[in-house]
Amino acid sequence: MFDTAQRKKLVSVNGLKMYFPIHTGLLRRHTGDVKAVDDVSFDIYEGETLGLVGESGCGKSTCGRAVLRLYDPTAGTIEVDGTDISTTSQSALRKMRPVMQMVFQDPQASLNPRMSVADIIGEPLREHTKKSKAERLDRIYELMDAVGLNRDFANRYPHEFSGGQRQRIGIARALALNPKFIVCDEPIAALDVSIQAQVVNLLEDLQSELGLTYLFISHDLSMVRHIADRVAVMYLGKVVELAPREGLYDDPKHPYTIALLSAVPEPDPAAHDSANRVILQGDVPSPSNPPQGCNFCTRCPKVMDICKQEDPEFREIEPGRFVACHLYNQ
Amino acid sequence: MLDGAQPSVLDVKDLKTVFKTRRGEVHAVNNVSFHLKAGELLGVVGESGSGKSVTMMSLIGLVPAPPAVVSGEGVFFEGQNLLTATDDELRAVRGARIGFVFQDPMTSLNPVFNVGFQLMEPLRKHMGMSKAKARVRAKELLELVGIPDAERRLKDYPHQFSGGMRQRVMIAIALACDPKVLIADEPTTALDVTIQAQILELMKDLRDKLGMAVVWITHDLGVIAGIADRVLVMYGGQVVEHAPVRELFANPKHPYTRALLETVPHVRGERAERLEVIEGQPPILRAHPTACPFRDRCDKAFDRCARENPSRYPVGPVHDVACFWDPETGGARDV
Repeated sequence: MFDTAQRKKLVSVNGLKMYFPIHTGLLRRHTGDVKAVDDVSFDIYEGETLGLVGESGCGKSTCGRAVLRLYDPTAGTIEVDGTDISTTSQSALRKMRPVMQMVFQDPQASLNPRMSVADIIGEPLREHTKKSKAERLDRIYELMDAVGLNRDFANRYPHEFSGGQRQRIGIARALALNPKFIVCDEPIAALDVSIQAQVVNLLEDLQSELGLTYLFISHDLSMVRHIADRVAVMYLGKVVELAPREGLYDDPKHPYTIALLSAVPEPDPAAHDSANRVILQGDVPSPSNPPQGCNFCTRCPKVMDICKQEDPEFREIEPGRFVACHLYNQ
Repeated sequence: MLDGAQPSVLDVKDLKTVFKTRRGEVHAVNNVSFHLKAGELLGVVGESGSGKSVTMMSLIGLVPAPPAVVSGEGVFFEGQNLLTATDDELRAVRGARIGFVFQDPMTSLNPVFNVGFQLMEPLRKHMGMSKAKARVRAKELLELVGIPDAERRLKDYPHQFSGGMRQRVMIAIALACDPKVLIADEPTTALDVTIQAQILELMKDLRDKLGMAVVWITHDLGVIAGIADRVLVMYGGQVVEHAPVRELFANPKHPYTRALLETVPHVRGERAERLEVIEGQPPILRAHPTACPFRDRCDKAFDRCARENPSRYPVGPVHDVACFWDPETGGARDV
């Protein structure tokens, strides 16, 4: 199991809020906010993979992007490698970029179709280093080897590659500047089952070779169980549970985590007959108008009176296990 | 085909679909045969490009021809061969006796008409109902698929529904004319897991209540395990394995099925330290296959796999597999 006490914190997120304003009417008055990320705190330790799971619209991608300051957060602090980046200027931030990188979901949309593979992987080198053309090409070849792309394809264009290979190009680009921290935003969601395993194994190999730290955002709970050391579960803009992998999957605490895990269909017909499945009623409320009290109170099978009035505090109930639920507040 | 106790409602024999484009041919479906019995749920699994959707679209004339050329021995439905049917005859079948649910409810519902209109359309076209009668039936249908406050929601437009609710509307439309067969093409892929669980429960319920046969296309082995009675595994435009669901998961015979089951991680039970990988890419189907489509990625492949395309050999009462390799002996199959 992953021992957090021995490790150094690489990323520390505290009270992160990311609101997107809603302007309505003729005068475009500010009439509300979409609370995409609402008071989220977590740490990521050096060399670990933190999985961030949740359903669509829960704010997991926004959270990942805000952590890299791709958005200007509404409130909260984000420390990466000892530096607070939540309010730094863009020019100072640019110097930080080599440390933190991102792999995007859709390899089709995140690669420029008019640039060759060598140009795409070489772009961060051109922007952030003073390498000569020959040095750059050496590094590009090195990266292509590392992610399992054939060097002969360096002058090809993204459309000539399959989805899995395109994702490898995206990963090579993210690795170009020797980052410490990579946010992987649904890196395998667009890939076929048989290709997903190839990319996940590649990410794991690179992590152990280069000592990388990942924030792995995904809606695929079984894949997160495979790759993550610790897992944070988000619901409607808030982290409802954060725990080491074994604890979360073997003994989930928050009613939402329990329901989410039981909703994942197991590839085993026998398991379906015996499973006591919790099927949630209704839909996720809108993040522009979350319910009063706990965000999950409208769908929670264990809802109590207090849940409809007070927002539960996100607190540590056992060493390393955080839950935001009134059930554990007595 | 294999068990003849109950008559099939749908019988597909040797279906082939070729897309003839200016840049060459794509053999998307090759000699696909299957049957479907009343009240049965047939799962079709495969990766993108394996031909699972095109097969279902072809059999009721939904692929644009040209460029597609659909051929085969026949698609028999209620005593009619759909392959030789005219457009008018097909139109009378589609949406009436064979219903459809597609993957993305937002793109398959018309955004400028309210849901009530779209539900009443098949009722009025196929069943010749009056407007008033159709409205009553439309409301019943919405209630059937579990949409609360049905009367009022008939006037709502698709964008006013959430993803899960929209998919319920799609299912209601597909069920409008009491179809014998419902074809559901990745109906839960665009939905979240908790919503997917709701839809899966609903489908199981409806099938028991209405007794129709369902073809459920998906790439998710977990969904198949929970819902299907029998399963077709497709790869490279052909059926590589066919078995009852428990048999398939307990006793997979085709190297592709076996590898696929190995490669998916689980939420419960043992956690593998490293994922098993199927190396390589799925084939591009440029010509009629003269060899096994999986041979390049198969760790069991031998000479014969490159010379001949295996046909489906029976290995059990309702179990057949298109492979020259025999997992029982670990050697070549005696065929």
